[in-house]
Amino acid sequence: MNDAAVHDDHHDHDHKPTGIGRWLFSTNHKDIGTMYLVFSLFMFFVGGAMALVIRAELFQPGMQFVDPQFFNSMTTVHALVMIFGALMPAGVGLANWMIPIMIGAPDMAMPRMNNMSFWILPFAFTLLLSTFFMPGGAPAGGWTMYPPLVLQLGDGFPFLIFAVHFLGISSIMGAINIIATVFNMRAPGMTFMRLPLFVWTWIITAFLLIASMPVLAGAVTMLLTDKFFGTAFFDAAGGGDPLLFQHVFWFFGHPEVYILVLPSFGIISQIIPTFARKPLFGYASMVYATASIAFLSFFVWAHHMFAVGMPLTGELFFMYATMAIAVPTGVKIFNWTATMWKGSMTFETPMLFSIGVLFMFSIGGFSGLMMGITPVDFQYHDTYFIVAHFHYVIVPGIIYGVIAGVYYWLPKWTGVMYDEKLGKLHFWLSTISVNVLFFPMHFIGLAGMPRRIPDYSTQFADWNAIISIGGFVFGLSQLILVWVVIKCARGDGEKATDQVWESAHGLEFTLPSPPPFHSFTTPPVVTDATAHS
Amino acid sequence: MSNSHDTYFIPEPSRWPIVGTLSLFTTFIGGSMFLNGYSSGPYVLALGILAVCYMFFGWFADVIKESMGGNYNKQVDISFRWGMSWFIFSEVMFFAAFFGALFYIRVFSVPWLGGEGAGFVTHMFLWPDFDAVWPLLTTPDMSLANVESSYIAIKDVIPAFDVPLVNTILLLSSGVTITLAHHALKKDHRAPLCWWLAATVLLGFVFVYFQIGEYAHAYHELDLTMKSGVYGSTFFMLTGFHGFHVTMGATMILVILFRSMKGHFSSKDHFAFEGVAWYWHFVDVVWLGLYVFVYWI
Repeated sequence: MNDAAVHDDHHDHDHKPTGIGRWLFSTNHKDIGTMYLVFSLFMFFVGGAMALVIRAELFQPGMQFVDPQFFNSMTTVHALVMIFGALMPAGVGLANWMIPIMIGAPDMAMPRMNNMSFWILPFAFTLLLSTFFMPGGAPAGGWTMYPPLVLQLGDGFPFLIFAVHFLGISSIMGAINIIATVFNMRAPGMTFMRLPLFVWTWIITAFLLIASMPVLAGAVTMLLTDKFFGTAFFDAAGGGDPLLFQHVFWFFGHPEVYILVLPSFGIISQIIPTFARKPLFGYASMVYATASIAFLSFFVWAHHMFAVGMPLTGELFFMYATMAIAVPTGVKIFNWTATMWKGSMTFETPMLFSIGVLFMFSIGGFSGLMMGITPVDFQYHDTYFIVAHFHYVIVPGIIYGVIAGVYYWLPKWTGVMYDEKLGKLHFWLSTISVNVLFFPMHFIGLAGMPRRIPDYSTQFADWNAIISIGGFVFGLSQLILVWVVIKCARGDGEKATDQVWESAHGLEFTLPSPPPFHSFTTPPVVTDATAHS
Repeated sequence: MSNSHDTYFIPEPSRWPIVGTLSLFTTFIGGSMFLNGYSSGPYVLALGILAVCYMFFGWFADVIKESMGGNYNKQVDISFRWGMSWFIFSEVMFFAAFFGALFYIRVFSVPWLGGEGAGFVTHMFLWPDFDAVWPLLTTPDMSLANVESSYIAIKDVIPAFDVPLVNTILLLSSGVTITLAHHALKKDHRAPLCWWLAATVLLGFVFVYFQIGEYAHAYHELDLTMKSGVYGSTFFMLTGFHGFHVTMGATMILVILFRSMKGHFSSKDHFAFEGVAWYWHFVDVVWLGLYVFVYWI
């Protein structure tokens, strides 16, 4: 036996590594989870700052602060940073922290690979963000990287492509790790249909990642060879087709939407039963609905491309397939509502954010359904209506889910109760401002304001000013979250109990708050009573 | 799932993941500098690739030491199996992107450019003399008399029943030899194990050698290059990435051969062998798809 050791019974003494090495060389799921979450929060503010540049420019018609090229870089890099830097790491961070604890495992199945999955992120974003300082500037052709426009990027182009490759490597390793962990590391008695729903949504997300990220890698590789090696994949003059890129990209891109949203669904499926003091309504149907959404997500990609001139058969197929996704999603919305029906509800901050997801994700879902209708989409395509749609899905649908999870588990992670007054203030400020920010976008979109444009017709001026005010209030409100997290991390607050919440169920609440360095060194035995809520 | 729960194995903190991250980071920066035309690019790229090799060497050395030290129980073994299978699935999806591109081009984009379906207007106005045939020897812009094409016309394509057929036979045989090696290992017949593994490595590298010869022939005599329009694009993208995977796979089998010669693996416990064998079969199956859809039909 060499320097690696077999741990069997270390419940009492946590021999933590110390110094910078604890983080750089970590093989601990909690430390890696913490790094993911801190990185995600940081990138949330980086991407948020870019959004505020956009909103400052759009506060009035005419050109105010930035030139159009830089404005386009802001819209492009804002999306890339938020999707790959804030949302995905937040989901993986929560998975890292919670999955081993929820299934009664000592750690992730492959702890060293887990470390690499995280540490790739800051370096991949160094590649991406360094393009701002290069001849030709940062990517400005939209985060979807459509050719031929994206091929006009200057020196930043290979950095963009390799950053995407790098992030893909990180995601695939993370996903493989989660699958191996859940399939192989469950405690005795933790059968599949006893898994907490957060774990279920993450298994399904991991499969989506493994099936879709390599396709994105393939798509950007073809961009790279078209630019530097003279291939003709996306050039009609050579026999290719620019639309081919859109097909391959959205074959990744649509599952990606569910990669982002499913963990959020899982989180609120943990939280709503706790604060409704009732078991989750329709557990099995939730599992099957999540799996159906994931399966269908591979057959709807071209609804992002209705306006490009596809054959009619294609338009019809993708319209009906898109409509079909509303069915399992409706099942989930119904089940969450039914969970709350006649429950003894209380409204602590995690519950408020979860109810926020339920209401406002539904708004985004319905506007999505509208655009799923092909002839209607011809009208809405590339306007602020689509911007309103996907921001309703992402901000109050996904970010709210992540924030709910942070408030729910923060006392477990730090051993300190968060400040409930600040939490409630955070929720109400965010919820009012997020609607001021995104709801009027529906109106100006329907009235015809195009997206990704730094200037606009004066008829849109009033709503744009209101939207920008909503944007700044929402952005600044998020500093409350930072303050809440810092207070907990510094131990400033009431001591949290192991149970944390009166009606919380699940293995994570059988461990002390904060949990020991290695979660379960002897596997707990799971019975129906200790399984999911 | 619930086998051998008596002990858990958790590796100690390790420097290899961060070494791996930094070396990939260096590789990507070097690659970007090279593509942007900086003269120092190739050196940075080479440094990065060397560092990646160093990382693989060191990381796997640690894993092999732990494995030989008896630290790995049944549960670790199963985690490795899940990991390797889904890694191979991700590779399948990577190739699926390029096969998808090939099918889209052959079924939709080339016929549309030739005027089929809704493409007739494009055809009429842009490239009225373009003839949609596969293999696509002349690109649409070559059909215009007054425009200089940005692509090179192909003289001929590589016939399926020539070197590619020999390569198919080589790869299929290598699938047989690695299975024979596995059977020998399971019966603990060490000498045949090493010989069959050596045969597999040899077949793999001969395949790569023939493939390189085929590329030289395509570039020098047939004008079939990456710049030959979409036929050349799909041809080199698919066969190129496949050839790279054969090289990686053969190198992995070479490592397994060296380990077998040193007496590693037992008749019951040899996941490293099996994982590499799975990978080799995957490379084999991809080749069959390639042979049929790129060379043959």
